[in-house]
Amino acid sequence: MRVGSSVLACCCLLLQLLGLALFLRGFFPVPVRSQSRKNSVSDIPSEPSAGAKSNWTALPSPLFKKTVIFLIDAFRQDFVFGPKGKMHMPYMTEMVEKGTTHSFIAKATAPTVTMPRIKALTTGSIPGFIDIIMNLNSQELLDDNLIWQAKQAGRRIVFYGDDTWIRLFPKHFVEHDGTTSFFVSDFTEVDYNVTRHLDNVLSRNDWDILILHYLGLDHIGHLTGPHSHLVGPKLFEMDNVLKKIHTSLMVKEEDGSLPSLIVVCGDHGMSETGSHGGSSDEEIETPLLLISSSFERKGEPAKAPDILQQTDLAPTLAIGLGLPIPRNSLGTLIHPVIEQKTMREQLRYFHLNGYQLSTLLRENVESSEKDVGFEQFKKAEKSHGNWIKLYLEGNTSEVLTNLGRKVLKQYIEALMKLSSSLSKQVAEYDMYSMTVGAIITLEILFLLLLSVPNALCSRAEFEVPLSSPFFSLLFYLLCLVLAAIHVIVCTSTENVCFFCSISWVMAIGIMTLMSALCCIILSTFGKMLSNAKSPNKRPDSVSLWSELDVILLMGTLGHVLSMGASSFIEEEHQTWYFLVNTLCLALAQNMCRKYFLVKKGNPIDLATHKRTDNEGAYIKEIYDMHKKEMREERLPILSRFVKDHEKWIALSSPWAILICCRLLRSLNQTGVQWIHRPDFGHWLTSSEHKAELSFLVAVSLVMIFILIQGRCSFVSKVALAFGLLGVYSYRAAIGHVLYPWQQSTKEISKGITEARFVYIFVLGILITGIKDLIKSQVIITDSKAKSVGLWEVYCGLVLLAALLFRPHNLAVLVFCLLIQSTLTMFIWKILKYDAAQVTLMHYWFGQAFFFFQGNSNTISTVDVSAGFVGLDNYIEVPAVFLTVFTTYSGPLLWSIHLLCYLNSESSRLSTSIAHGCYCYAIIRSLPVTIYIILITVLRYHLFIWSVFSPKLLYEVIHLLISVFVCLFFTAVDKNQMAKSDV
Amino acid sequence: MDETEIRRLSVGHVFSILAVVFSLCIPPLFLDNFSLLETHVTWLCICSACVAAVNVILLLTLKPNPSSKRISFGTKVNKFSKSCIYFLISCLLFHGIIVLYGAPLVESVPETFIFSVLLSSLTTSRCLCILGPNFPAWVRVFSRDGAMSVWDHSLQITTVCSVVGAWLGAFPIPLDWDRPWQVWPISCSLGATFGYMCGLLLAPAWIYWNRKKLTYKSR
Ligand SMILES: [Zn+2]
Ligand SMILES: [Zn+2]
Repeated sequence: MRVGSSVLACCCLLLQLLGLALFLRGFFPVPVRSQSRKNSVSDIPSEPSAGAKSNWTALPSPLFKKTVIFLIDAFRQDFVFGPKGKMHMPYMTEMVEKGTTHSFIAKATAPTVTMPRIKALTTGSIPGFIDIIMNLNSQELLDDNLIWQAKQAGRRIVFYGDDTWIRLFPKHFVEHDGTTSFFVSDFTEVDYNVTRHLDNVLSRNDWDILILHYLGLDHIGHLTGPHSHLVGPKLFEMDNVLKKIHTSLMVKEEDGSLPSLIVVCGDHGMSETGSHGGSSDEEIETPLLLISSSFERKGEPAKAPDILQQTDLAPTLAIGLGLPIPRNSLGTLIHPVIEQKTMREQLRYFHLNGYQLSTLLRENVESSEKDVGFEQFKKAEKSHGNWIKLYLEGNTSEVLTNLGRKVLKQYIEALMKLSSSLSKQVAEYDMYSMTVGAIITLEILFLLLLSVPNALCSRAEFEVPLSSPFFSLLFYLLCLVLAAIHVIVCTSTENVCFFCSISWVMAIGIMTLMSALCCIILSTFGKMLSNAKSPNKRPDSVSLWSELDVILLMGTLGHVLSMGASSFIEEEHQTWYFLVNTLCLALAQNMCRKYFLVKKGNPIDLATHKRTDNEGAYIKEIYDMHKKEMREERLPILSRFVKDHEKWIALSSPWAILICCRLLRSLNQTGVQWIHRPDFGHWLTSSEHKAELSFLVAVSLVMIFILIQGRCSFVSKVALAFGLLGVYSYRAAIGHVLYPWQQSTKEISKGITEARFVYIFVLGILITGIKDLIKSQVIITDSKAKSVGLWEVYCGLVLLAALLFRPHNLAVLVFCLLIQSTLTMFIWKILKYDAAQVTLMHYWFGQAFFFFQGNSNTISTVDVSAGFVGLDNYIEVPAVFLTVFTTYSGPLLWSIHLLCYLNSESSRLSTSIAHGCYCYAIIRSLPVTIYIILITVLRYHLFIWSVFSPKLLYEVIHLLISVFVCLFFTAVDKNQMAKSDV
Repeated sequence: MDETEIRRLSVGHVFSILAVVFSLCIPPLFLDNFSLLETHVTWLCICSACVAAVNVILLLTLKPNPSSKRISFGTKVNKFSKSCIYFLISCLLFHGIIVLYGAPLVESVPETFIFSVLLSSLTTSRCLCILGPNFPAWVRVFSRDGAMSVWDHSLQITTVCSVVGAWLGAFPIPLDWDRPWQVWPISCSLGATFGYMCGLLLAPAWIYWNRKKLTYKSR
């Protein structure tokens, strides 16, 4: 079967996506826990009593009457315990120092994003990394959790704050008012929406649990960082809220009744730049304050707060509220909270906690009996029983108390061990699925690499040897072996394995695919070997490599290998900036050589001379083409200027690109180590420089129009102009920029009308473009319609990016267009690179622009607010699409531009699109494949969750986008084929 | 292939290597608390001065570029001043390129500049000594198949090695090891010097190895 290069590339990428999906399913541990079951009161174990008759089988009664959970989003540890807390939170500081409180630093785990953290706080489990994707799409929490337990027990829960809670716990609250967290620029309204209910609620008596989730601090962090002047007043406001709650609860407490409890906590911290999601100390350390009149201080001076896990809050609250501990909780009881209770009660609580943890361990680990923690727990349980026996016999001596303390210590140690071995259990990998996925991906990469000589030849076709593998013995043998392995693995493994759980038809399909791919690769390889042995060898094929080829190849390989080091992943932008710079210098050298050697007329030998002559003629021809184009799109003076000084413009253009790159580099600091450095982006977005920002945005929009309108049809030109105007009015409406006649921002709206206005034009331009493309397919002679259509699609995407980007990033867009047109006009056409080289260069620039936009390989730089442009509230599909588009618009715009360029080239060389598509597929599949192998090797690395996993997600989504790009390439290329056939 | 030419070249290279070694060994005898990492700028100055000086001395003694016609004193002065200007321009150009590569624009300007001086003395000063201030000739030498003599080849190899060394030297900077040699521009300048020395050692060996294949046209 013969297939074109681009079709082959598409199929390969699609199959690779399948392999990658399998790998991901194995790599991201799906929590292995009893999903549906919830602990109920009947599951509660009775007190161990070593034969004696214990009368305590029921759940312990609650310790607190009313509970207030006061959650402040992005509440960093030093906002309480550091100098900021002392300055801005006087009441809290006083409570910490002398009040009846227990204060701790609770460590969150990565990903430090709100929804997984709420889950951790309420279930006590560590949500899988995959929860980060679900953060945008939170559904009801089905795991056993505190809120559900409280509702079952008939507690009345009141909730105000982030509406993530309402989506997680629908119908759990007797009263609620949610505020959305997505309009990050608002930090007063969100908190006012919570506080305005307080007086009412606190004066009433018809609730048991009050949950408050304040978002303002988080929004301030996202806007201006943790050291902004807005943080102080916000902390003071929070302090006042605490004072209000505390005093009103104190007033209500009567003698004899149970005390109330206030829990002050943060869901996650805030990095030095104000975002969160990663696992730096600033992001994971949150304060945890437990305030209750029942906590007594033994007169000791305030010491540094103890460190514990965020998950410890769930079992503690469960005990405190008299509820069963959530089934999947990994936390251990916070001892100081129950210290004032009698020894019997304390032991009972710890026994409950230990019982729950050991049950969880038994359910998830095969050989749980051998676990050290489990053994210790059994031992402690036994001595607990003995203690109860003594106690029930009426023994009240000093010895009993001491014995009780010993049991308590045993319990605490056992709980720690149990908890830690359970946390380890969370990070188990499903190696079988990972291996299957990796093998498919690797086979595809081999296939792509082996067919390079065929696919990049002048016919751009590849003969897929289908018949021989399907009838070969090897194929059936492989199928049999794989099936045998499958049976053996699935019957012997203890852990849950995804690939074993899918239906056997699909499993057999995947195994057939694997063996077929293997056979195809082998027969292709065999054919290559026999071809190489045949006499017509070309001797000089190696020396044809130019320096540029070497740089492109070594750079790509070097980048791929560098992904094995966590620092290089964190600072990947440095690698790309470095490589792009080197590329520009190589272009400059090529340019110099071309012009100076030609001009000098210093022929080294005759052949070169002849070639340069030819090239001279070619340049003239190209130039004529340009002239024609330029006459249409530029002023005659400009074109004459360009004609007269072409040499000097061409010589200086690599340097201009270098300077552009250097400017862009200082626009958005990114990465990890140097992200704190000041950059232009922050300077521009700060509120004092609104006028400058407005000027920049206006100039950028005009520049965008000038740069891309030239090759559009008249209709889309007009649409583009209106669209860009709409972008400015949208920016003005949401308060990013000012109109010249406007002195200060008065009212800020969400700009929904303006944004939708722009969307209409974007759709209009895209539809016009696609219509032109289809027309070029139907009317075969019309090749101009095709290039116009492609360019219009490109324009539509640029307009969409202009709408969605952060305001200062419009400069990135302008520089992107500027560099693209410079490269096209003065470098590629003059230096006459082939499709493969141009594709590689495009890819490099695309990667660099991914980081110029301010992206990095941590989740925290994703601009979620882009998903809400022009939307009233959260709608999943458009929001995800818009966010992904904004994040990857750099690489995407470059690849679409590549298609436009290759299409214009295809008049010279009809296979250029096919070659470009093929190279693009290889260059995308190479890093992904190598990366999943690296990540499998490094799966026990310390930074696997904080550095390597986010990068894996970025790579996978990038591959997904590349599949779409390749499909587009193929669709366009098909037309080309059809045309050449006729 | 003239073997004496290779021998002369090797002698020249040995002296160039000695210059680098000298800049490492001698200053501690005269300067207090001199060390490669802590007083890096001082070392950079000394090293570039030594390398440049040895290059000039080699130009005068070995005469790699013998010309048949007599050169008047005026031309010599003209050439010399032109060379000085070229050297200065190359320093500024290197500085610019380094900044474009991402070196801080405002902070640590002296370090960046002295590093570019080092790079110029490792590359440009040799070019000036062997080819003279003749830009087209430079372009020719640094093109494919452009070398016309042993000296051109050695120039190609050492220059490429020094630049590649400096280039590779930048790679450890993003690593979070917090080592003293990761401070800008130490790893780069060490890389450049190391690459230069490698090039000096490599060039005669490579030329000797390929002496059968290399046929130069007579000038
Ligand atoms: Zn949060
Ligand atoms: Zn946030």
